[in-house]
Amino acid sequence: MNVKELTDKLGLEALALPCPDKEIDGAYAGDLLSWVMGRATENCVWATIMTNMNVVAVASLVGAACVVICEGSEIGDDVIATAQSKDVNVLRSPLPMYEMCVEISRSI
Amino acid sequence: MSDKLEFTFEVNGDNFTSAGEASVATKKNLRMLGFSPDIIRRVAIAMYEGEINMVIHAGGGTAKVTVYDDKIEIVLSDNGPGIADVSLAMKEGFSTAPENIRSLGFGAGMGLPNMKKNTDTMKIESVLGKGTTITMTVNT
Repeated sequence: MNVKELTDKLGLEALALPCPDKEIDGAYAGDLLSWVMGRATENCVWATIMTNMNVVAVASLVGAACVVICEGSEIGDDVIATAQSKDVNVLRSPLPMYEMCVEISRSI
Repeated sequence: MSDKLEFTFEVNGDNFTSAGEASVATKKNLRMLGFSPDIIRRVAIAMYEGEINMVIHAGGGTAKVTVYDDKIEIVLSDNGPGIADVSLAMKEGFSTAPENIRSLGFGAGMGLPNMKKNTDTMKIESVLGKGTTITMTVNT
């Protein structure tokens, strides 16, 4: 499944979708960025409530297929613009992280 | 053969949100040189953690990446306060990062352990009040 298909299937809000065809392989959930960097795997869906600029850098460095911002967490326009320019897909859902992860797990 | 390629970056200590620029640039350079995604990922993660550490604790520093025939070497140098107890700092979960850094999702005490985990060798030279130099290599 690719990121665009996941977005459509779960009705996610596409905040930045520069690489819609990126294939998904697994998922990871977490807010501690170093923890995520040490454990998230390449091409994963990364679920988090963090929305600062470093999220884009971490997603880019681990090679995440996309970031899914949970709980409808607010995110700055500058972060979205950076994600777009760094080829990082950023999606958003109003669901709490646990429920989002259940949905992701059922989908991929 | 002793062909080598060097990249040097200044890590800006004042701007936390721009931390990662050196790692992202290195990732791009290594990709252009044709290294495998796994090697690139390990170098980039180790370097990013180091960059973050330099910004949090040392007011910035320099990062030098050297590409040798058989390995990639990353040397991170700063003139910060130094590390009082290196073996304690290497423990997962130990952190001296301030609260404002933790609220950004860092300071979980994972930086140095992540750097070690992603590299083949790692050497820490630190002098209190003078600074820290960390040398890491990833075999290619």
